[in-house]
Amino acid sequence: MKTETFSYLPTLTSEQIEKQIQYFLNQGWVVGIEHSSRLDPKLAFWDWWKLPLFNVRTVGEIMSEIEACKSKHGNSYIRITSYDNARQTQVMGFVVHRP
Amino acid sequence: MSDTNDNDKALFDAGVKEYSAAGRYYYDIGYKPTETQVLAAFRITPQEGVSFEEAAAAVAAESSFATWTTVWSDYLVDGSRYSARTYEMKPVPGHPDQVMAYIAYPLDLFEEGSMGNLMSSLVGNVFGFKPLRALRLEDIYFPPALLSTFQGPPHGIQVERDRLDKYGRPLLGATMKPKLGLSAKNYGRLVYEALRGGLDFTKDDENITSQPFMRWRDRCEFVMHAVKQAEAETGERKGHYLNVTAGDMEEMYARAELAKELGSRIIMVDYLIVGFTAFTSLSKWCRRNGMLLHAHRALHSVLDRQPNHGINWRVLAKMCRIVGADHLHNGTVVGKLEGDRASTIGINEMMRETRVATVEQCPGHHFNQPWLSMPGMFPVASGGIHVWNMPELVSIFGDEVILQFGGGTVGHPWGSAAGATANRVALEAVVQARNEGRNLLAEGADILKSAARHSGELRAAMETWKDITFDYESVDALDKPVS
Repeated sequence: MKTETFSYLPTLTSEQIEKQIQYFLNQGWVVGIEHSSRLDPKLAFWDWWKLPLFNVRTVGEIMSEIEACKSKHGNSYIRITSYDNARQTQVMGFVVHRP
Repeated sequence: MSDTNDNDKALFDAGVKEYSAAGRYYYDIGYKPTETQVLAAFRITPQEGVSFEEAAAAVAAESSFATWTTVWSDYLVDGSRYSARTYEMKPVPGHPDQVMAYIAYPLDLFEEGSMGNLMSSLVGNVFGFKPLRALRLEDIYFPPALLSTFQGPPHGIQVERDRLDKYGRPLLGATMKPKLGLSAKNYGRLVYEALRGGLDFTKDDENITSQPFMRWRDRCEFVMHAVKQAEAETGERKGHYLNVTAGDMEEMYARAELAKELGSRIIMVDYLIVGFTAFTSLSKWCRRNGMLLHAHRALHSVLDRQPNHGINWRVLAKMCRIVGADHLHNGTVVGKLEGDRASTIGINEMMRETRVATVEQCPGHHFNQPWLSMPGMFPVASGGIHVWNMPELVSIFGDEVILQFGGGTVGHPWGSAAGATANRVALEAVVQARNEGRNLLAEGADILKSAARHSGELRAAMETWKDITFDYESVDALDKPVS
């Protein structure tokens, strides 16, 4: 099963994920983390890890949140998302962990 | 019985007057248009012996209030209220026989929400007017007072992304080939292969409707079977643009209803072919029914390809957004089809901007266009493009675009599923590299080659199309300033 953006590439390494997150932060986007135990194209909403990380502006903090999410939901799919309040919607999302 | 005039004294000023004559309003340089007026930029080529002033006044007159001769009933109307006025003239660089005339039209001339009515005036009889050798409508400004009487795109870019759950990258599509002659089941197979390989969308061709070799219901059923099977298999949302263009409006509605009943996310229409009125009806149907609308621009070259006559494509594209589609074909810049690079980029910007599309941001445009809250639409880049073009395409268009590789998908030596995968891998590798801050134009080939190390499909596609370019000069380039 595929999971949209970047799912046709080899799984991104931590270093590659960090570069993407840096790009999102540079755009002024808010990064969020979500998880789901199943893949289903009909599923509109995955479970949120806390809330989107409104006050977090460093790659390191986001990477630690991903690790924390993994340690609790390692048997789920985990993706990071980005929100742009100028466009008033989600603007990015890709899976960073598969069970 | 009425009494007729029985002496030589004129009862009104009968006869033919110059359009630019003093006392008439059609030539009024320095006039300041009001904020509710519609503005138009016309490229005018007068016949020999006709002055620019008279030609420009004639265009304003013939596209608004005037007849060729004065008539007594003119005196029953306040001409100052209904006359269009040429308020500015600019020379056209490199074309001393042409002039760019800017004309202001009172809002009262137009019916709310009717693009057809606006066109009957601005691109109606005036285009056959004999004192003009050629006439081209280059741009229109829609004042907020008129713009807000139109619906606009049924959903727009952001809502479409949410409905499809696709973010942070251009969308990928392909037109099914050959255009004509496939049976419904074979056609469904093509759709299935391309979608399961990694495309987001497949597309009917503009001239596929309900011919004897493949009737509408059969195509619809097999295509939707293909879409659902590919979704179940890949876990991603997919769509096929089902072309509902038909011989009459009732049949178009019937086809749209069937597409909806079978669960399609999107339908398609040849918006210029069906006409603006039918297009408006279909666009409203799509908003009401939660259906995305893809607009194909067949016929546009007839209207927009002559550089001195007709309607510039940017006007037809703007009208398409205002009436309302979610996708519209625009040029590719790098592919085989028409479209000067700057002009294409300007039109993309105009289609996507949600606040004010400015002339600085949109090369070739003559007016800043405020879009109020009208959603933006996806430009579709389609025709003659392949994996090697991917870095340049992403660099030119950014993420808000649908890239359609027809031959570049179905023509893959291993088949269309592999062709789709090759395009998807190339796209994702390029987006990843762009986000990492790499220079797509300088490093494009390296980015593709390194992605191909993990993808045999991409490797084979790169080998197949390694030497292809379509490098003809565009017929319709922007005016170059004379240095």
